[in-house]
Amino acid sequence: MNGALPFIAAAALLALVLGFLARRGKDMNLEQWTVGGRGFGAIFVFLLLAGEIYTTFTFLGGSGYAYGKGAPAYYILAYGTLAYVLSYFMLPPIWRYAKDNRLYSQSDFFVRKYDSPALGVLVALVDIVALVPYLVLQFKGLGIIVEIAGYGAISSTVAIWIGAIIVAAYVMVSGVHGSAWTSVAKDTMILAIVIFLGLYLPIHYYGGLAQMFTAIEQAKPGFTVLPPRGESLWWYASTVLLTGLGFFMWPHTFGSIYTAKNATVIRKNAILLPLYQLILLFVFFVGFAACLQVPGLTGSNIDLALFKLSVKTFDPWFVGVIGATGIFTALVPGSMILMTAATLIANNLYRAVNPSADDRQVSNIAKLLVPLVALVAVFFTLKGGETIVALLLMGYSFVTQLFPVLVLSLAHRNIATREGAAAGIIVGVATVAVVSLTGVNFHKLAWLPAEIQDLNIGIVALAANFVVLIVVSLAMRASAAPAQAAAE
Amino acid sequence: MRGIRWLAVVPYLALLVGPFFVNRATPLILGLPFLLAWIVAWILISSLIMAVIYAVDPANREEQET
Repeated sequence: MNGALPFIAAAALLALVLGFLARRGKDMNLEQWTVGGRGFGAIFVFLLLAGEIYTTFTFLGGSGYAYGKGAPAYYILAYGTLAYVLSYFMLPPIWRYAKDNRLYSQSDFFVRKYDSPALGVLVALVDIVALVPYLVLQFKGLGIIVEIAGYGAISSTVAIWIGAIIVAAYVMVSGVHGSAWTSVAKDTMILAIVIFLGLYLPIHYYGGLAQMFTAIEQAKPGFTVLPPRGESLWWYASTVLLTGLGFFMWPHTFGSIYTAKNATVIRKNAILLPLYQLILLFVFFVGFAACLQVPGLTGSNIDLALFKLSVKTFDPWFVGVIGATGIFTALVPGSMILMTAATLIANNLYRAVNPSADDRQVSNIAKLLVPLVALVAVFFTLKGGETIVALLLMGYSFVTQLFPVLVLSLAHRNIATREGAAAGIIVGVATVAVVSLTGVNFHKLAWLPAEIQDLNIGIVALAANFVVLIVVSLAMRASAAPAQAAAE
Repeated sequence: MRGIRWLAVVPYLALLVGPFFVNRATPLILGLPFLLAWIVAWILISSLIMAVIYAVDPANREEQET
């Protein structure tokens, strides 16, 4: 027993209690369970959307990125902001359409817009392939956090099992309400802890921010600006653009739009969320503070920077508090991913083969799928090797492939057809897979100018997707036009 | 007043194109390397721009009345 464990245990218990309490007074039908009865105000929608920014990836990965690579980490701040600016215009029509047509999932949106359950199956499959590794990432992070913050008293395997059971239990009972309620605890804690760490550590070790950044520039010249090659300005701009477009294509993020009670709630959040992103700045400060204090972490171990520095600096009880916060950064996004994946399987795969299933059956199946999906994720977390890492890197690029098809469907006259939409998504996803698995990038093409070599390779997949989408759609319209004329 | 929506283009220019002109560590602004300070400043301004667009957007008034 050490000073950190009571806090870690308390966090797990608090998540469970909040998760269960969230159910009170609600009849958990599919609409309540998956989209909160479409009644969430600005604060809950804010918490759900903010919940998706602060995953273990930002907590561990954000500080690790600043620690290991320096300035390229800034891109995380920029892409979120641009995504929120776009959200002001793009999300209200999506919300309106979802409400009018009583949609539950992202896949439903494509089914209805393109009048094609088959397209819905395709979208659901892409979503699930992207979501499961994302859930695995949360579980992995949870294991690391509990093991380090608990000073090794609880192994990561045990932590992963306990975490998975807690999250599966409260998602089954409370659905998206459970995610919203646990978000309250999470965001309060993360706000306090991250701002404290981000201010205290630079002052404690360097005497202030200016002194810290001056010391870093002296020790590692160029570390706080984008390098001339590799993760250069061209890499930065192309990556910010791509990830900014893909941001709301994550099915659980897309789904949290449906929970809003009106479109004004969404527009308000476009003002607030960029500011909230600034918490990431403090996460970066922790990473920068660590880079001269706990040097030597390389490879995937850079993600341990925040906890290594915390263990070096603070008493065990406070490391426990940080660990407790870290647990919430895994459980809250984990709960949304779990619920979204279960809804997609029940609502868009099961219902596609069983069109007569009613909402009650779909709801029951979705709830039963929650522990199964959690089990699959735990299996991959404990046993998964290279495959799951590869899938993880592809996840974001996969969901980004839905963007062109979605945007075109928002226009008054959609030029895309269902065939074009399916072909574009398939080509985009296949390109991502080939590029990721073979490790091709522009650097292999030595004859290209340096600027183009540094571009994010994801641009190629999105471009191929878009071209195929347009060409196939126009071809289908051209071949359909004479037939239609004849029929008339 | 719908023209004011075009203000939303400014954050894109500032955060995508801007860094090409400000990719430098010094001078430090409030302790931050210049490039980081630029990005942080534009996050604040982006929020302000969205607040202005929100304030003049008639869609928000209609919805609150109903």
